[in-house]
Amino acid sequence: MSGWLTPAEWTVILLSLKVSLVAVAVTLPLAYALAWLLARRRFPGRLLLDALVHLPLVLPPVVTGWLLLLAFGRAGPLGSWLYEQFGVTLVFRWTGAALAAAVMALPLMVRAMRLSIEAVDRRLIEASRTLGASPWRAFLTITLPLSAPGVAAGMMLGFARSLGEFGATITFASNIAGETRTLPLAIYTGLQLPGAEAQVARLALISVVLSVGALILSEILVRRSAGSRAHVL
Amino acid sequence: MFFEIAFRRQLGEREIALDFQSDARLTALTGPSGVGKTTTLNCIAGLVRPQSGRIAVANYVLFDSEKGIDLPPEQRRAGYVFQDGRLFPHLKVAANLAYGEKFAPPADRWITSAEVTEFLGISHLLNRWPATLSGGEMRRVAIGRALLAAPRFLLLDEPLSSLDAARAEDLQRLIERIRDELAIPILLVSHSRAEVERLAGQVVTMG
Repeated sequence: MSGWLTPAEWTVILLSLKVSLVAVAVTLPLAYALAWLLARRRFPGRLLLDALVHLPLVLPPVVTGWLLLLAFGRAGPLGSWLYEQFGVTLVFRWTGAALAAAVMALPLMVRAMRLSIEAVDRRLIEASRTLGASPWRAFLTITLPLSAPGVAAGMMLGFARSLGEFGATITFASNIAGETRTLPLAIYTGLQLPGAEAQVARLALISVVLSVGALILSEILVRRSAGSRAHVL
Repeated sequence: MFFEIAFRRQLGEREIALDFQSDARLTALTGPSGVGKTTTLNCIAGLVRPQSGRIAVANYVLFDSEKGIDLPPEQRRAGYVFQDGRLFPHLKVAANLAYGEKFAPPADRWITSAEVTEFLGISHLLNRWPATLSGGEMRRVAIGRALLAAPRFLLLDEPLSSLDAARAEDLQRLIERIRDELAIPILLVSHSRAEVERLAGQVVTMG
């Protein structure tokens, strides 16, 4: 396998995996919290929050990338704060690519998790409360495990979306080899060069393998953890 | 006094109002469908909040609108056996039984899981998933789960409904044994006259 791919291609693949895994891991708690809020709580501004979460799904990715640039660029309010407080820069860095992927994956993750939380029967929560569970313990012992298939589905969707992220990444984090050039960006770059057809084909094949692999892995995990009829596909 | 129940609860256009006291070990709550029997149990368990009133069980105040008392469900210690069982589908029977036990302070526990499984005849079910249980088995596991949470009283919502005659008879004997052998006040919702006459020391009719 290592002879089949060039070192530069390996760099692209490992970077893509790193960016996508970090994006999903960082987004997971936030996505679950948002999903729970939207599924279980009625509060002023709920519709607005729902719309904001969905914004990256309906906006052109280039616009999302540009908005990230405004907010997290060196001159942006969040970007300058991060730099002054922690010396962190996101633009032109792999962390920026991860942020772009995370923002694009968020709506898909929230949607999947929200559906699974809404599907948890509230009467089971009531039963756990009468048996002595505080609201927090009821959440940990009933809501969380019963919504696990949705969490797995959300992570899988988020991971696949992150692997495929192009528009926001190239706008916000740019296309820097070894730093922000993930699979789609490398394929795009290869298409601009004469004689790179074989490389493009290899990277495209890797994309397919990773995405399908994520899908199958999550399906297996869900079947095992739910022990029954639950599934992602 | 075992049950001192007085409350008003508005449900849309309808108002449910109830006022009774009972010192019987088993009190039956009867009345036509939709009159608010289950709502009454939910008010006592703390799942539904009445507009006003006072609810005390075994001289322990659970709700008092005038004094601003409204204990959350987990502090009321109701052994609530729901009509639909509500076993947790992701836990096997043994874990369902143990669910409330771990929340009950050890000093308050008055029955062990070995005694419960023996008493209810469910030791052969411990390794099963709730989805594989019959209606009668599910009811018995639900009763066992409630007993193990160290409840101060039992609320049984139509425990015999949709069981065949033999299963219903088994469960009826079991409820008699809980009434006679375990010192715990029981409030039972039923609309079967025969069931009520056989089991209850006092009958409260709604509607």
